Amino acid sequence: MILTLAFRNLFHDRIRLAVTLVGILFSIVLVAVQLGLYLGASNMITANIDHAKADLWIAAYGAKSFEDGGMLLTPRERHQALATPGVKAVIPLVVRFAEWRKPEGGSTRVVLVGTDAEDGGLVPFDLVEGTWEDIKAPEAIAVDKTYLNELGIKGLGDTAQIANGRVRVRALTDGVRSFTQSPYAYTTLNRSRALFGDSDNTTFYLVQLQPGANVQKVQHELASRLEGAEVLTHEEFRDRSLKQWLFRTGAGVALIGGALLGSLVGTVIVAQTLYSSTKDHLSEFATLRALGSSSGYIHKVILAQAGISAVVGYLLGISIALTILVFSRNTALPMVMTPGLAFWLFALTVGMCAISALSAIVKVTKIDPATVFNR
Amino acid sequence: MSSEPVLEAIDIVKELGSGAGKVRAVKGASLTLVPGELTLLMGPSGSGKTTLLSILGCILTPTSGTLRIAGVDTTKLGPEEMADLRRKHMGFIFQSYNLFPTLTALENVRIALDVRGQKGFAAANRSEEVLRDVGLAYRLKSYPGNLSGGEQQRVAVARAIASSPSIVLADEPTAALDGENGHAVMALLARIAKEQHRSVLAVTHDPRTLSYADRVVRIEDGRIVGEERRPEGLDAPEIADLTKRRKAHA
Ligand SMILES: Nc1ncnc2c1ncn2[C@@H]1O[C@H](COP(=O)(O)OP(=O)(O)OP(=O)(O)O)[C@@H](O)[C@H]1O
Ligand SMILES: [Mg+2]
Repeated sequence: MILTLAFRNLFHDRIRLAVTLVGILFSIVLVAVQLGLYLGASNMITANIDHAKADLWIAAYGAKSFEDGGMLLTPRERHQALATPGVKAVIPLVVRFAEWRKPEGGSTRVVLVGTDAEDGGLVPFDLVEGTWEDIKAPEAIAVDKTYLNELGIKGLGDTAQIANGRVRVRALTDGVRSFTQSPYAYTTLNRSRALFGDSDNTTFYLVQLQPGANVQKVQHELASRLEGAEVLTHEEFRDRSLKQWLFRTGAGVALIGGALLGSLVGTVIVAQTLYSSTKDHLSEFATLRALGSSSGYIHKVILAQAGISAVVGYLLGISIALTILVFSRNTALPMVMTPGLAFWLFALTVGMCAISALSAIVKVTKIDPATVFNR
Repeated sequence: MSSEPVLEAIDIVKELGSGAGKVRAVKGASLTLVPGELTLLMGPSGSGKTTLLSILGCILTPTSGTLRIAGVDTTKLGPEEMADLRRKHMGFIFQSYNLFPTLTALENVRIALDVRGQKGFAAANRSEEVLRDVGLAYRLKSYPGNLSGGEQQRVAVARAIASSPSIVLADEPTAALDGENGHAVMALLARIAKEQHRSVLAVTHDPRTLSYADRVVRIEDGRIVGEERRPEGLDAPEIADLTKRRKAHA
C-alpha cells in the first residue's frame, strides 16, 4: 500500500509530476552531458599514454603533458636508465607539435608521434586502413580519418609537408581525436627525428621493468641518476596530463561545475515539488497518523514518492543523454557514457531525491494527528 | 451484561493553546467504556467533546489525569507508543470521513490494515468482507469522490472496524449526513457494538441518534454533568428493525 499511495499521490497532480520529472530529467541530462564530455576529454587526453606499454616515463624536467615534451632527452639518459637495476627496456618516443602544410596551400598544426612498433612501446592503435608495416615505407605517415578535412587531404596516398619533409598518408586511424585540436600523426622514430632535423634526441623514454622489480624503487633510483629529467609512473603522467588540459585550461572546471550546478538545480526542483505535494496531502498523512501508522510508515510513503520520481526521471534523462551522445559522436568533443557513469548518475538521482525528501519529511514530522477532528 | 472496562479515564484535564490564549477545554472528566455498548457523548458546542475524544483515542495527551487502555496506563507514553496503542485498540470515524481521495473504497480499508502490518491477500479479503458487511459490496472499486456522503461514511466505518479494534471512536459521524444516511450509520455503529462486542463512543449533537444509544454521557464546559442508561434488555426499536431486515435479507 505504501507504493500504491505514493503512486496515487504523485499521479494525482499531473502537472506537478511533470514539473518534478522535467526537473530530474534536465538535471540528469545536464550532469550526464557534462560528465560525459569530461570523460570524453579525459579519454582523448590520456589515450596515447594509456596505449603505451610503460611502467615509468622519463620526460624532460617540467613536461606538463604528453604533447608538451620537446626533444630534450639524449642517448646519455637512455644509457644511464638501462644501467639501472630492474630496468628491462628503455624505448624512445618522439612527440612534438609540428607545422602541417596542406597540399593545396595553407597550414595547420599536428602532433607528430615518432615510435617504432617493434620496440613494444607505443604502437599506433585503432588503425582502420593500412598497417604498421605500411607506416615503415618511405615518407609514410598515419593520420586519423576524422581529421582529413582539417588536414586538407582526401585519404590514403595523399601527400603533405611536415616541418622539413614530405609525408604520404599510408594508414588511417579512426576516432583517435585530440583534445588540443591538433591531430595526431604517427610515423617511425627515425622519420620523426629526420623531419625535425634531429638525429638522436627524443621526447620520452618509456621504461619497462624486469618482472618482479619494484616500480617505486626503480623510479627513485632513476630519478637520482638522471639530471634534468623527471621519472613518472604511468598514473602520475596521466594525472599530470589531465591536470594540464582539464584544469590549467579551465575546461574541466567548467564541466565539473556544470555537473554540480545540474545536480543542485535538480535537487532544488525535486525538493520543492515533493514539499508542496506533501503539504497538499498533509491532512491525509494526519489521518494516517491518527489511524495509528508509525511515523516510519509515513516517511516511507514520502521516500517512495521520491524514489518513483527518481526512477522515472532517470530513465527519461538517460535516454535523452544517450541521444545527445549519438549526435556528439563526430564533433570536436564527443561525449562518453560508460556503465559506471550510468550507475553513478542513477545513484546521484536517487541521492538527489532522497535529500529532496528531507524537507517533506521534516514537514510531515510536525503534523499533529489531533488536526483530523478539526476539519 | 457487564464486562471489564476496555478504557478508563480518570480526572482528565486538558489545557489547549498557550499564554493568553490558554483554554482549559476539559476540566476533570472521568469516563469508562465497556465492550458491547454504544455510548453517546453529548453536549453544547465548545464543551470539550472533541478534546475529550482525542484524549480517549490516544491522539492528545491529557494535561493531568489517568487514561488506561486495556489496563495499560498511558501516562508516560511517547508519540510512537501512542500510535502503537491506536493501532492495537482503536478505530476512528470522523465527521468529514477523512478518506484518501486517491484510493478506492477497498484500498481505503486496506491501508488501515497495512499500517498494522497486515498485507497481501488476507488483508484484501478482510477489507472486502467488512465493506460487504457495511453494505458496500457493489462499491469496492469506487473512489470516494464518486460515493455519496452516506457511502463514504460507511467506508470510514469499515476502515475503523477492519482491524477488529476493541474501541471505536466517532466524532459527529452523522453531522454531514441527511436523516436517512445518518440513521443508517448510527444503526451500523449500534450493531458493531452489539454483534461484534466492541465499545463504541460517538460524539454527537444530533438528537436523532439518541434512540441507538445504550448510554448517554452529557458534558458541559469541560465537565461530565450526567449519564443516562437504557434499561437492560431493551433494544432500541431501530436496532430491532435492522436486525429483522437483515434476517429477512439472508
Ligand atoms: N487548539 C486549541 N487551542 C486553544 N483552544 C482550543 C483549541 N482547540 C479547541 N479549543 C477550545 O477548547 C474548547 C473545547 O473545544 P472542543 O473542540 O473540544 O469542543 P466541542 O465540544 O468538540 O465543540 P463542537 O461541538 O463545536 O465540535 C473550546 O472552547 C475551543 O474553543
Ligand atoms: Mg467537536
